[in-house]
Amino acid sequence: MRVLVVEDDELLLNGLQVGLGLGGFTVDAVASCEEAEAALAAARFDALVLDLMLPDGSGLELLAGLRAGGSTLPVLLLTARDAVSERIAGLDAGADDYLGKPFDLDEVAARLRALVRRAAGQASAMLSWQDIRLDPARQAVSRGGEPVRLSRREFSILHALMERPGAILSRSRLEERLYGWQEDVESNAVEVHIHHLRNKLGSRVIETVRGIGYRLAGENR
Amino acid sequence: MLLAATGLVWLSAIGWIYLGTRSEVERVLDARLMESARMVSSLVASREVAPHLEAGPAADGSELPWKRLGAPDRQQLSCQIWTFDGVLVARSDSAPAGPLGEHRAGFTETVVDGKLWRVFAVENEQLGLRVLVGDQMSVRDGLVGDVIKGLVLPASLVMPLLAALIWLSVGRGLAPLDRVAASLRERSAADLSPLPEHAPAAEIRPLIRSLNGLFARVAGARERERNFTAYAAHELRTPLAGLKTQVQIALASDEEAVRRKALEQVVRAVDRTSRLVRQLLDTAETEARQPEPGGEVRLADAFAMLAADLQGARGTAVRVTVEPALVGAGLAMQPALFLLAARNLLENALAHSPDGGTVRCGLRLAGGQARITIEDEGRGMDEAELARATERFFRGRHRAGPGSGLGLSIAELALERGGASLRLANRREGGLRAEIRVPHHRLHAAPGQEHAAD
Repeated sequence: MRVLVVEDDELLLNGLQVGLGLGGFTVDAVASCEEAEAALAAARFDALVLDLMLPDGSGLELLAGLRAGGSTLPVLLLTARDAVSERIAGLDAGADDYLGKPFDLDEVAARLRALVRRAAGQASAMLSWQDIRLDPARQAVSRGGEPVRLSRREFSILHALMERPGAILSRSRLEERLYGWQEDVESNAVEVHIHHLRNKLGSRVIETVRGIGYRLAGENR
Repeated sequence: MLLAATGLVWLSAIGWIYLGTRSEVERVLDARLMESARMVSSLVASREVAPHLEAGPAADGSELPWKRLGAPDRQQLSCQIWTFDGVLVARSDSAPAGPLGEHRAGFTETVVDGKLWRVFAVENEQLGLRVLVGDQMSVRDGLVGDVIKGLVLPASLVMPLLAALIWLSVGRGLAPLDRVAASLRERSAADLSPLPEHAPAAEIRPLIRSLNGLFARVAGARERERNFTAYAAHELRTPLAGLKTQVQIALASDEEAVRRKALEQVVRAVDRTSRLVRQLLDTAETEARQPEPGGEVRLADAFAMLAADLQGARGTAVRVTVEPALVGAGLAMQPALFLLAARNLLENALAHSPDGGTVRCGLRLAGGQARITIEDEGRGMDEAELARATERFFRGRHRAGPGSGLGLSIAELALERGGASLRLANRREGGLRAEIRVPHHRLHAAPGQEHAAD
C-alpha cells in the first residue's frame, strides 16, 4: 500500500515514514500543503495521512480541495488538539478517520489498513483468493493452510492484486505501489517479483495480460 | 449594638438631668425658704402681723391674724414663730406642732414626726422672736421625681419606636451590602463575572467597581494561564508523537542500522522537546513578570556573552560581530528581559545564517529612537511571513534548526514588557534585520566610558 504522509514536524515525519515502512507500507513523506498537492497530482496513493497544522496552510483546506476535486482517497487526520469541534470539522471536511497525537504507530498502521479495506469495499481484514489467504496486518500469506514466506515487495504486489480480484494492474501502477520517490526502481523489478511469486504460490496464480499488466488468474472460490 | 449605645446615651442623659434638676430645685426652694423667712420676720417687725405674744399657742390656726396675709403655699411651706425662750407664738396650718429646729439662724435639716424637713431660721433681735420656715424634703423629691417622670415616661414610649426605626433603617442601609456579600458567598471559584454595578445604594458602588476591576484582572490572568496551558499541551504533543514513533521503530526493527538511526532521532527529539519546554517556561515567566524600574544592560557585553553561549551550540561556522557603536552603550532595561529577547533574536539569526555567514549586532539612532539591530545573511522572510513571524508557534517556510516557532514571539513579549518594541524587516542585501527599538533617552554611555553611539 502506498501512503502519502503530510506532516511538518521533521522527526515525526521521519518516524512515520520509517515506521509505516516497517509495517509494509510504501510511504512518501512531505512537509507542506504545496508539496502534498504536487505529490497527489504526480502519483496514485492508497491513503493519505494528514496533519492539521501545516506551515503554508491548514490540512483541512487541502482536504477540502481534494474532496472538491472528486477524490475518494481515504484520509486519516492527525492532530495535536483534542477538541471535539476540531474532530467534527475534520470529519465534515471529508476525513475518513482521526487520530490524536501522540499516537501509537501500530494504531496508525491498523487504521490505514482499515480505511483502505473499506475503500475497496471489503468486509474482512483477511484477503483470500482460491486457497491463498493474505493477512495485511501481520503481513502473512498462506496457501492451503501452509504459511508461505514472501519478501516485503512480493507481499505488496500480491496484496495489490488481491485487493481487486480480477482487475488488471499495470506494471507502472505496481511500481508506484512498491517504491517511494526516494527509491530507485530497477527496470525489471516487477517482473522479478512476479516470477518469485509464481515460484512460491504456483505458476498459474498470476496471469500476464500481454501489453497491459497482471491479474489473478481463474475464478475465486 | 447601636440600640445599646442609644439606650446608654438616653440613660446618662436622664441621670444628668436628674442631678441637674435636683440641684436647681434645691437652690430655688432654698431661696424661697430664705425669702419667706425674711418676709415673715419683716412683717412681724412692722407689726402688720401681731402674734399673740402673751398668749399660748393658738388652738385654732384660723384665728391667727397672719393667716390673713396669706401665707405661702401651705402645701409646701410651713412656718413657726418662736420666742427666744422657747415658746411657740404662731404657726401655719401645715406646720407640725413640734419645733422645726433648734438652731439660731440659717439652714438645717431636721426630722419631725418621721419626716425630713429643710428649715431656714431668722432671728429678730428686736422682738426676741425666731422665725422658722421649712418644707418637707419629700415634696422636693416629688418635684424632681415629677420632672424625671416627665422625661422617662415619653422616653420609655419612644424608645421601642426609636429602636424599631434604628433597626429598620440600619437594616435597609446594609441590605445592598448583604446582597453583595451573599452573592459573593454563593459564587463558585470559577465565576469571575462582574457584579451588577447599578446597585441601589450609591455608597457601595465604588466598592462594587473595585471588586469588578479585581475580577477582571484575575480573569485576565487566568485566561492567559489557560491559553498558555492549552498551547503548551498542544505544542508538546507533536514532538512527543515523534518521540514515541521513533522509539517504536527502534523496538520493532531487527536491523541494527534502522534501530541506531531511530535512537539518534530519539536523542534529537528529546533535545528539541526540552528546548520547547524551556521556551514555554520563558514565555510564562515573561508574561507573569511585573515591570520593575531600574536595571541597566551593557549592550556590547551582553551580545558578546550571548554570542559565545550560542556559538557553542551552532559551532563556529557563523561569525558574530559587535559593532563599535555598541561598545560602552548602556540601555535602561531589566537585564533579564533584554537578555531573553536578544538571545532569541540571535538564536534565530544564527539558525538562518548560511555556513560562513556573519551575524552583525549594531546600533543606529533614528526618529528619536535608539535601534539595536541584529542582522543575518539568511533568506529573510516574505511579506506574509513577516506579518505573522511573532505569532506563537508560527514557523516560516524556510526552516532551519530545531525551531519551535516561539523564539520571536518570546523576544517580542520580553521587549514589550521592558518598554521596547521589535521590528523585523528584510535587508536589501538579503537576510533579516531585527530591530530592538527604545526611546533615545533610555540609551546612555555606560559609567566610565564615553558615549559610543554618537
